[in-house]
Amino acid sequence: MKIAVVIKQVPDVEARIRAEDGKVSLDGVSFILDGMDEYGVEEALRLREGGLECDISVLALGPARVQDAIRTALAMGADEATHIVTDDQLDALAQAKVFADVVRMQGAELVLLGGKQADWDSAALGAALAEELGWPLSDWTTSLELEGRALTLRHDTDQGTERLEMPLPAVVTTQQGLNEPRYPTLPNIMKAKRKPVELLSLAELGSVSSLTRIADEAIETRDRRNEILSGDAATVAKELVDRLRNEARVLA
Amino acid sequence: MILIAAEHSDGKPTKGTLELVSVARQLGESRGQQVKAVVTGPGAEAAAGRLADWCDEVYWTASEALDGAGEPLVSALAQLAHEQDASLILMSCNRRGQAVAPRLAVRLKGALLEDVTAIETAGDGLRARRFTYLARVTETVETDADFAVISVKPGAVDPAPESGSAGTVTPVIAELAETDERVTRSDAQVAAGGKVALGEADIVVAGGRGVGSAEGFASLVEPLAAAMGAGVGATRAVVDAGWRPFAEQVGQTGATVSPKLYVAVGISGAVQHLSGMNRSRVIVAINRDSDAPIFRICDYGVVGDASQIVPELIKVLQEG
Repeated sequence: MKIAVVIKQVPDVEARIRAEDGKVSLDGVSFILDGMDEYGVEEALRLREGGLECDISVLALGPARVQDAIRTALAMGADEATHIVTDDQLDALAQAKVFADVVRMQGAELVLLGGKQADWDSAALGAALAEELGWPLSDWTTSLELEGRALTLRHDTDQGTERLEMPLPAVVTTQQGLNEPRYPTLPNIMKAKRKPVELLSLAELGSVSSLTRIADEAIETRDRRNEILSGDAATVAKELVDRLRNEARVLA
Repeated sequence: MILIAAEHSDGKPTKGTLELVSVARQLGESRGQQVKAVVTGPGAEAAAGRLADWCDEVYWTASEALDGAGEPLVSALAQLAHEQDASLILMSCNRRGQAVAPRLAVRLKGALLEDVTAIETAGDGLRARRFTYLARVTETVETDADFAVISVKPGAVDPAPESGSAGTVTPVIAELAETDERVTRSDAQVAAGGKVALGEADIVVAGGRGVGSAEGFASLVEPLAAAMGAGVGATRAVVDAGWRPFAEQVGQTGATVSPKLYVAVGISGAVQHLSGMNRSRVIVAINRDSDAPIFRICDYGVVGDASQIVPELIKVLQEG
């Protein structure tokens, strides 16, 4: 069977983000494979190492630079990749349409992807993709077992956690706690360079457009008081509580 | 018509739902539209009665199948939105909203405005604000779509005041088709620990490695949170060390919170953590290391040992 892992390339978490003229500037920013997506790559590899016969296909959408994130996923051990090349910023619902087409084309039966993307802080792609495909969804998954074609998972809810059982095909979003993603080894980084990456243009997949548009992006920092209180523990405690009650008025 | 996909706890609308009421009423006024709500699951009837204070009409059903965030709820909401000609559906962007809102938007061929902190009408369309790039950027996003699903970031707007003015409306039982689901849900476990849900808390007290150990966390952070009526948060390092459950993690891979007050105990302030809390109104930092990055974004800082300062704080708070 085929497992599709949808990945995203995002700015390094330590990168300095700037905004100019109402738009985020990513010049000079270093990019990484989204940490949330590494759990999906790792889980696919573990399924294979657990005896599942499968091809692991990485899917990514974005400009040419996204190749670097694809190579990272291949260096972790994925077999092949499809890069939908576009400079357009598609919203999560438009992306879901594109990925759904590719997943169907490739005949994948399990889709893994990160629970939330670190660029647009969006958690919508997994659910939208499940809906486009008409497949069940396990979101915020912390454990996954596959017996034949039956998935047993545990995932987070607003109240805590619950167990889900569902048949393939299915969409599973991943997060911290599911596994410990491996680091690519040097030999695997070399091997990854020879793995096939299929390039698709967005136009080849039919027209897709977003129903939303980004009108403005700005860096907003709140002015902070930045006051360091000093004195012995008892004095500082009294002063802090007093300030929170009577100056900031955030404490009853 | 604007439809609120309400949530309740023991028959009372949640704080998040009252936040949706504020947003819906403001949008309803500017768009000249009625505000309705749908509330589902056991206890829905009582919650519907309360919601009728603010809404023109409230639909409810006690069906247990609609208690989760799965296909039955998506399909019931889609059916109701279609039959009642809704142009907007509002949900809280909690786990339920994250699972359901995108699916509803896709199914009803509308736009999704996700995790918004503010929203207003703009011409015939909508303009919303939300955070991106690990909450370091504020984005303005617009849509002209005829139909949209809006998920609202919990805690971002003030909940509707206690008494409504829309008058009482008799709740009606929506006749919703029962749908089959391929998914079996079982063994629900309620997260232990904080009595106050992290996403809904007005005050969050969070602990990092600086509290020293799981015992240190339990003896410092938990009682301080209790004394403040606060939710409990933790850093990734603390969760990775197994001191606290993942449900309490604040940051890039955990929850994003923006409470009135965030108290960081023994937290140095890695970017990944800051992205989950840097929108808090007031930030207090207590840390031994005066060079810790957390002090750069705090309103009030205390350089010192949490094990000495926190007990004193609790004492002052308990004195009233």
